[in-house]
Amino acid sequence: MKNVRRFLVFAACSALSCALGCGGGSSSNRSSSGTSGTTSNQTIASSGPNVAAITVNSGPPGNGGYANGAFATATVCSPGTSTCQTIGGLLVDTGSVGLRIVSSVLTIALPQQKSASGSPVVECLQFLDSYSWGPVQTADIEIASEKAGSVPIHVLSDTDFMVPASCSSAGPSADTLATLGANGILGVGLFPQDCGPACVQSSTNTTPPQNAYYECPATGCQAIFETLPQQVQNPVALFAKDNNGIIVELPPVSGAELSVNGSLVFGIGTQTNNGLAGATVYTAGSLTSSSPGNFTTSFNGQTFSDNSFIDSGSNGYFFPDSSITVCSDNSGFYCPSSRLNLSASNQGATAGSGTVDFSVANADSLFSNASDSAFGDLAGPAPNDFDWGLPFFYGRNVFVAIEGTNAPGGTAPYWAY
Amino acid sequence: MSKGQMDFIRCGLLMAAVIPATAFPARAALGGDASTIQSDQVHMQGTRRIIPADSYTVHEIQGASGTVVREYFSSQGIVFAVSWHGPWMPDMRQIMGSYFEQYSQAAESHHSARLGRRPVMVEQPGLVIQSGGHLRSFAGKAYIPDMLPTGVRAEDIQ
Repeated sequence: MKNVRRFLVFAACSALSCALGCGGGSSSNRSSSGTSGTTSNQTIASSGPNVAAITVNSGPPGNGGYANGAFATATVCSPGTSTCQTIGGLLVDTGSVGLRIVSSVLTIALPQQKSASGSPVVECLQFLDSYSWGPVQTADIEIASEKAGSVPIHVLSDTDFMVPASCSSAGPSADTLATLGANGILGVGLFPQDCGPACVQSSTNTTPPQNAYYECPATGCQAIFETLPQQVQNPVALFAKDNNGIIVELPPVSGAELSVNGSLVFGIGTQTNNGLAGATVYTAGSLTSSSPGNFTTSFNGQTFSDNSFIDSGSNGYFFPDSSITVCSDNSGFYCPSSRLNLSASNQGATAGSGTVDFSVANADSLFSNASDSAFGDLAGPAPNDFDWGLPFFYGRNVFVAIEGTNAPGGTAPYWAY
Repeated sequence: MSKGQMDFIRCGLLMAAVIPATAFPARAALGGDASTIQSDQVHMQGTRRIIPADSYTVHEIQGASGTVVREYFSSQGIVFAVSWHGPWMPDMRQIMGSYFEQYSQAAESHHSARLGRRPVMVEQPGLVIQSGGHLRSFAGKAYIPDMLPTGVRAEDIQ
């Protein structure tokens, strides 16, 4: 893997001119091969007021090389001022909510959110193999021509405030370009806030969750409750218009490609370029359910009941199948001797069902050309769930409707494709 | 469903008991003894349910924040496996006990192997870790292969 990463640094350098989201255009005129089960009549929105360009490439230079990362650009401003910074290399993530920016990338000062007792509010965000820690600050956000004012965002830094041991227990810190692999994360998932009612005090919720929000006076950080409006917000939900969801539109990728261009479209059914058209709506578990953001996938005799999800921030299809060989050099990916054509069926939490055909290629073969960063059939093992990662998005427009909004075609939160 | 699984569930229904959290001094969990389970329960401010199986007992701790941790306790007196599911990752330092350093190194190596988010699937001679899910919905397990009681399969750890 080391060699792969070294070569990817070169790829990152060659992509330097693309670092801030190259091109507004998209590769919309390829025909689907049909082998990955994608639709053949995909239309990718061209640039427009509600369209942000996204690029799948190795990520911002200096990150070590990203596999299957879709990146976008946003402008953040100190609220109500013209002190702004445009930041590219933000990972487009339908599996999380909120804008998170690596502290060392941020060059403008943003106001710090304070708790009821006047102390800085700091957030812990745990991933499967790492954590991000840092202050909650407030920014005006502009993406394409969509604007949201005074949005709580997460600034990633573990040096400003002492990290609680329970936060850092999940793994290493991911708060720099090198460790996060991106300048930040643009979380545009199914929910309006990143925590929701679980972080709000109520008669039935009397203990603030560990590993979420903290107040950090000089004496040390303590877990606190955080009201819904103070939580890190899905910026899309706060846009003045086109605020009920997004569409991720990426062209088909067969095998491995250097980079791929597509569109992140804001709003569902709010403009001429964001209608549901023929997409099927699959509802997902609400934020207060026992399986937030999940639906059900059946595959190879296994049913992952309310334990399946669509996540552009995951870089492959991840599911358990003991019959597929795991790569000898990387236990995170599958390495079948020949490409496998597979099929699974998805069922919404309350509505929607359909079959998905997909393929699994040998990850070592996909990674063999070190300059490539978009991989169509990349997959790997998972414990007991089905994670439809970025390969699912290739050649398929995926709608993400935000809970609590009035989105057409079904009750949000939902996916449609 | 196998007879073993049925027995497991039947025993669970008959014998499940809820034990309130009380302070017992101890530390560590995976690889630790019974007192370490108590320690985890206190740490999670949780309630505990004990579900006996043929050759082990499952101590299920329901944490205050909604995450459930199960600790698999052998008749030899060792926690040979832990599992978790819920809206938050458990405190891995707490539940991995003396295996935390090994877990940390595995997570670090996984994180740096190839940037991009994916489940943690680590298989080492002395430790297996499987961790998946996404924000607000995590699930995983870790176990010590050499300490699995006879007849217990990895799939039995849920």
